[in-house]
Amino acid sequence: MGDSATTAMAIGDGNALTVALIVILAFAATSVLALALGRRPAGRPLVYGASAAIAAAGFACGLAALFDAPAARVLPLGLPLIGAHVRLDTLSAFFILVVNLGGVAASLYAIGYGRHEHSPERVQPFFPAFLGAMNLVLVAGDAYTFLFGWELMSLASWAMVVAHDKAADNLRAGFIYIVMATFGTLMLMLAFALLAGSSGAYAFADMAGRPHGALVPAVVLALALVGAGSKAGLVPLHVWLPLAHPAAPSHVSALMSGVMTKVAVYGFIRIVFDLAGPPAWWWGIPVLAAGGITATLGVLQAMLQADIKRVLAFSTIENIGIIFVGLGLALAFKGNGLEAAGALALTAGLFHALNHALFKSLLFFGAGAVLDATGTGDLEKLGGLIHRMPTTSVVMLVGAAAISALPPLNGFASEWLTFQAILLSPELAPWGLKLLVPAVGALLALAAALAAACFVRLYGIGFLGRARSDAAAGAHEVDRWSRGAMIGLATLCVLAGILPGPVIDTLQPVVAPLIGARMPMQSDVAWLSIIPVGESRSSYNGLLVFIFIVISAGLAALLIHRFASRALRRAPAWDCGFPSSDPATQYTASSFAQPIRRVFATGLFRAREQVTLPPPGDLSPARIRLTEDDPAWRLIYTPIGQAVGTLSERANALHHLTIRQYLGIVFAALILLLLVLAIWP
Amino acid sequence: MIGDLLIQGGQMLVVLALAPLVTGVVRKLKARLYRKRGASVIQPYRDLARLFRKEAVVAEGASWLFRAAPYLIFAMTWVAAALVPTFASGLLFSWSADLIAITALLGSARFFLALAGMDVGTPFGGLGSSREMMISSLAEPAMIMLVFCLALVAGSTQLSTVAEVMLSGVGLRVSLALALIGLMIVAVAENARIPVDNPSTHLELTMVHEAMVLEYSGRHLALIELSAQLKLLLYISLIACVFAPWGIAPVGAGLAHMPLGIAAYLGKLAIGAVLLAVFEASLAKMRVFRVPDFLGAALMLGLLGTLLLFVSRGL
Repeated sequence: MGDSATTAMAIGDGNALTVALIVILAFAATSVLALALGRRPAGRPLVYGASAAIAAAGFACGLAALFDAPAARVLPLGLPLIGAHVRLDTLSAFFILVVNLGGVAASLYAIGYGRHEHSPERVQPFFPAFLGAMNLVLVAGDAYTFLFGWELMSLASWAMVVAHDKAADNLRAGFIYIVMATFGTLMLMLAFALLAGSSGAYAFADMAGRPHGALVPAVVLALALVGAGSKAGLVPLHVWLPLAHPAAPSHVSALMSGVMTKVAVYGFIRIVFDLAGPPAWWWGIPVLAAGGITATLGVLQAMLQADIKRVLAFSTIENIGIIFVGLGLALAFKGNGLEAAGALALTAGLFHALNHALFKSLLFFGAGAVLDATGTGDLEKLGGLIHRMPTTSVVMLVGAAAISALPPLNGFASEWLTFQAILLSPELAPWGLKLLVPAVGALLALAAALAAACFVRLYGIGFLGRARSDAAAGAHEVDRWSRGAMIGLATLCVLAGILPGPVIDTLQPVVAPLIGARMPMQSDVAWLSIIPVGESRSSYNGLLVFIFIVISAGLAALLIHRFASRALRRAPAWDCGFPSSDPATQYTASSFAQPIRRVFATGLFRAREQVTLPPPGDLSPARIRLTEDDPAWRLIYTPIGQAVGTLSERANALHHLTIRQYLGIVFAALILLLLVLAIWP
Repeated sequence: MIGDLLIQGGQMLVVLALAPLVTGVVRKLKARLYRKRGASVIQPYRDLARLFRKEAVVAEGASWLFRAAPYLIFAMTWVAAALVPTFASGLLFSWSADLIAITALLGSARFFLALAGMDVGTPFGGLGSSREMMISSLAEPAMIMLVFCLALVAGSTQLSTVAEVMLSGVGLRVSLALALIGLMIVAVAENARIPVDNPSTHLELTMVHEAMVLEYSGRHLALIELSAQLKLLLYISLIACVFAPWGIAPVGAGLAHMPLGIAAYLGKLAIGAVLLAVFEASLAKMRVFRVPDFLGAALMLGLLGTLLLFVSRGL
């Protein structure tokens, strides 16, 4: 990685774009290589090793381009007369950095994890293709290249979702995923068509320069919110995500949740902040509302899941909500002439995007490790893994604390910035925003608190306590590669948390061209604190908080062991005098969630508890049945599905007409069209 | 600089030294209100000293997390408590964590406490953790909204700055009145006091905090008790420094101002302890599923206060 970093730095001056294109080509070549290697055991280290190296080069290229002037190029590929435009500006560079960071980690993890794959030929060819496609989306400079990359990304990930096609759930997940992905692409295609106009200005550079009038940008905002939002997992377009992300192999889940959702965020930023022109005052409103609702509903549903990977997938939805709140605030501030505050809000959103890529990849790796070690991801069958998997449990603890927005880790730093941006919003003049922003702030705070509850549950049930099944009791630590990838990500989570200043400074070249302002330089601030607005207003120093905690804890331990007592005795658990040796007496995942389920989910998700007691004298066990449903399914998708079913049944009659009737229909259609033409002004 | 460092160091020691006393006073007052004699106000010190000297009995299935958690919880709570101005504002390290970060630090401590409760794998621990997280899932957003409310009035989330702004006088405001009530509700819930939880209960299905720490003993239990006492002191100091900032030594005040500051602080703590004891003695504990209504009120008060301030800075 060191070598490639220096090369990219040395090239500089727009040549990072060349490196990015070579990276994409190299991913494509690796994909072909993987096809050729098929099931051969050498395939795994070769494919994933090559992917890791290429992604490392991509990471270096993104880092270099972040401080470079934008570069653009037209390639003699793609559609005739249009060609394929590629370009690399700071926004693309940042997301290339995020994607390839996740790519390096997932590839390294997969070198070890992939050995448990029973049909590697179904995963390995698509893995580099997926990474390459995401990179292609990020360097795309015209609508065609963008959509091509976007579809390739969807298809490659879809192929890995249905890689294990023996499980019926995976096929259903794959079907819903492909339908939603196609729908999202369609929306984006419409958005680009509107932006390009009748003149066919498909290159992004031309789109950004065109005057769009008043109506077009508003429609484009809606289309981008639906199109990119469905990929990112905004409620109510999230339904595919908790099905598809867990269905894929864990390293792919990590990429889909940690990284692909960020490509969707990139798509939204590119279209709305860059191509659609200056935002109107109200643009922030739909984005903020979608973000706040997504954050809260996502984490609430995460709380109700029993499968460790589904918990993580729903938590991705929550984090996407937080990112979109940042973006919505940025739009609101920019649309109302408060550029400095907009820079803070966008920085918070991008920072959280980076953080989420780090800790969600880490958590999915950990979930994969658990699956590998125990063969199950069902929380009700886990427990006590902290004794059997020392490394995995430590890194998972870091990931869980980071995603719960606990200081001094990175999740808190970005949420803190978001809260600071919210505190600046009374300066927004429009009443709609004045009333909406505090409500979104409350939703965000609720989501943060519920996330902590959700990850206490995940970690406490999965890793602590006593093993609830033989599989959990016989778990083993995972291989060296997997541990290395997880330790690396956990380290980054801690670093980004205690040194948020450098991260914020690194984000400013991305923010400045989009918003027209930047946050104050944080590296000038003494003691590595961060001061988003003004010193008297707010500041935070993760490093110092971290040091204080370490010193206080260390001092307490030292003094107590030195002067008080260090004696320790192991004894059976006390448990109010009635300890039970049966692990089944522990709290389960569903019992842990029960209070929150009753408080929050009874109305919203129609969560019900049905207790069946056997009649007196009957020795069969009492049963409790939990049910809940997702309002998105109940209110939107199920009715649509039924409507499509009914319609196709009715239309089925058309298949059985006589030739005269068909001719009659054709004739009627012709008359109708001619009539329309005649009346058309 | 040296003076500031002294104040900061002094503050850290003062909160640590006073925390058990406040708990002792509350217990004594409650006992008197119940017409019992009650233990001496310095009983918490004796308890702590005894616990620290005893050997720790750790359950057989406990992991390293169980043993590390008390130190982490104590450290996080102590750091948070050290950043709330008590007798002097202008704390040296006040800028390292603002009010949002202090709230989140307490959240970190709770995170580890809830995990520690689940570590041994006993039903009581899980019960306590589960309920604690339910309560915190409402108390924490309520707290954040109240912080928003205060920050909008003061134009800052830095607690030292907030205290100074309040000291300089902001007048009577509707939003601050709402925030005061909300903050009191949150303080009661966060400190596991009646009516949300009962700090003196054992062997009851209603306990929350005590259920989580059931397996702890010896020095570990001492640290957790001390953290709980620190947290109580923190909330009283917080309410005092925001809503009754009188007597706090302002920034740059000489050492001569300190006796007044300390006297005022002790007075405020005493008032806080009396109010808490009377409040607790006059109420019964709520059913667990009534707690969300109680805390929901705090959340709504915070939201309402913030909304008012969004509408007009003068409210």
